[in-house]
Amino acid sequence: MDLSPLWSSATCRRFDALDSVYQGCDRSQPTKAVKVTVLQKTMTEKPLGSKTRLLPLVVLVVAIAIWSALWLLRVFPESVFPSPVAVAKGLGEELRTGRLPTDMVASLFRVTTGFMLAVVLGVPAGLWLGHHARSRYALLPAINFFRSLSPLAWIPFAILWFGIGDLPAVFLIFMACFFPVVVSTLAAVASIPSVYFRVAHDYGFKGLDLLTKVILPAIAPQVITSLRVTAGLAWLVVVAAEMIAGRDGLGFAIWDARNGLRMDLLVAGMIVIGVIGMVIDRVLLRLTRIPSVRWGYDG
Amino acid sequence: MTDKPLSTREVSVNFGATEVFHDLSLEISQGEFVAVVGPSGCGKTTLLNVLSGFLKPSSGSVTYSGRVRMVYQHDSLLPWKTAAQNIALGLRDLSSDAERERQLEEMLRLIKLEEFAAHYPHQLSGGMRQRVELARALAGNTDILLLDEPFSSLDYLARLRLRRELVRMLEELPRTVVLVTHDIEEAAQLADRILVLSDRPARICRELRVSIPRPRDLTHPKVVETVHAILAEFGLEQDKVAAESVRTTS
Repeated sequence: MDLSPLWSSATCRRFDALDSVYQGCDRSQPTKAVKVTVLQKTMTEKPLGSKTRLLPLVVLVVAIAIWSALWLLRVFPESVFPSPVAVAKGLGEELRTGRLPTDMVASLFRVTTGFMLAVVLGVPAGLWLGHHARSRYALLPAINFFRSLSPLAWIPFAILWFGIGDLPAVFLIFMACFFPVVVSTLAAVASIPSVYFRVAHDYGFKGLDLLTKVILPAIAPQVITSLRVTAGLAWLVVVAAEMIAGRDGLGFAIWDARNGLRMDLLVAGMIVIGVIGMVIDRVLLRLTRIPSVRWGYDG
Repeated sequence: MTDKPLSTREVSVNFGATEVFHDLSLEISQGEFVAVVGPSGCGKTTLLNVLSGFLKPSSGSVTYSGRVRMVYQHDSLLPWKTAAQNIALGLRDLSSDAERERQLEEMLRLIKLEEFAAHYPHQLSGGMRQRVELARALAGNTDILLLDEPFSSLDYLARLRLRRELVRMLEELPRTVVLVTHDIEEAAQLADRILVLSDRPARICRELRVSIPRPRDLTHPKVVETVHAILAEFGLEQDKVAAESVRTTS
């Protein structure tokens, strides 16, 4: 399979400040290059002192203080504005009864399934469309149509087709993630510098070798970035899906809390949703630390 | 192997209505270092693409015997592979792991980047990257080396250094080389034979031989003389008399 002719678009290189620092310090003197590598590291990974690392905690404390102040001042009626203490208690209660862990597992299962399904089908679809100009021409408008359609618009059909439970949520997450994954894979493939295909040809990469040893590593950094964005999207969608088409899960939990007028539990659910979303992103961020994809981020 | 590992016969290349070459014939001998210089846009890279078999000429024929490898202008190292892994691409055909390992270390030693074997291209300087590219192309049993302005992305001093490196590498691993460049000094310092191309449709308007051994100093009288002759060919040299005297002696 010779994929090169379709993708002969211009090289997209990043030139950021670090890069120019690096270029400037050059010139075939090993010691210098080592120094620069170190410099680069210090600039990207630890830009500030260790005290600075505590700043997010300071923000957290300030936020809780404002929250407490609003509660103490009774800016909103107590029935619709729970105190931090009440929320903490509610969180403990939910953990003890085991409802919160169950809901977390349910939501995470749906997100993982729908997201993985979208990746497993979306990346090959993007590669395939990158390969076939005619199919790309035929299908890209449809893909962009579905990509622009809010996945939440599918909720009625999701319930009518799949009932209540895991399936409708998985379907909605898939609909939310599949099309962005296809488009970003396609875009990543299109931006592979054509010289890589020349090199692949020169050194005898063909067929599956070309795909797994040249094309996939070449698109990996961009695809990982898109997976981070898409996973965030999946996490947004699961909450909405469960609010309407679920009988468990974190989305259902906050909807249930609202119906039961338990604002403390509602906020506890919101906090858990936000924290898990952050954790998901941190986990996927680890993918960008893989040595063989660093080139896509270091400039 | 024939005495002429690389030759073209009456090669013409057209891109639509644009004629890049017209009946270009050239023969390159075993172990010869040929430089092709010409104004930018005259089709130097196209010539290399034809020589490497990447581009089919509109008419005429290209014959080569042996394995051809190309070194590109810049950034053709695969960025997800380390320096060593990139060089190992050139050794893919070797069946024995031990032999591949041995030759890989040999190449790293040759380009003096043993300590940087595990570095990725983006962690190397421009000069180091080009050395890795050269090593990759030289690795294994390459017969013909095509160089497409390999040092053009480097600064002046790095370029001078890399020329010396290239000469040293070729001393250890002799190859038939075609170098395409707009850098006239580079051609004069490195090549046995310099082909000066005209504007499109490109034809060889001058052929110069430089017979002194390498490495050559940039300021060696013969190198200076050659530079002078090429510049005169492009109409960039004022001193007509000096240019003429070179013309008669070369």
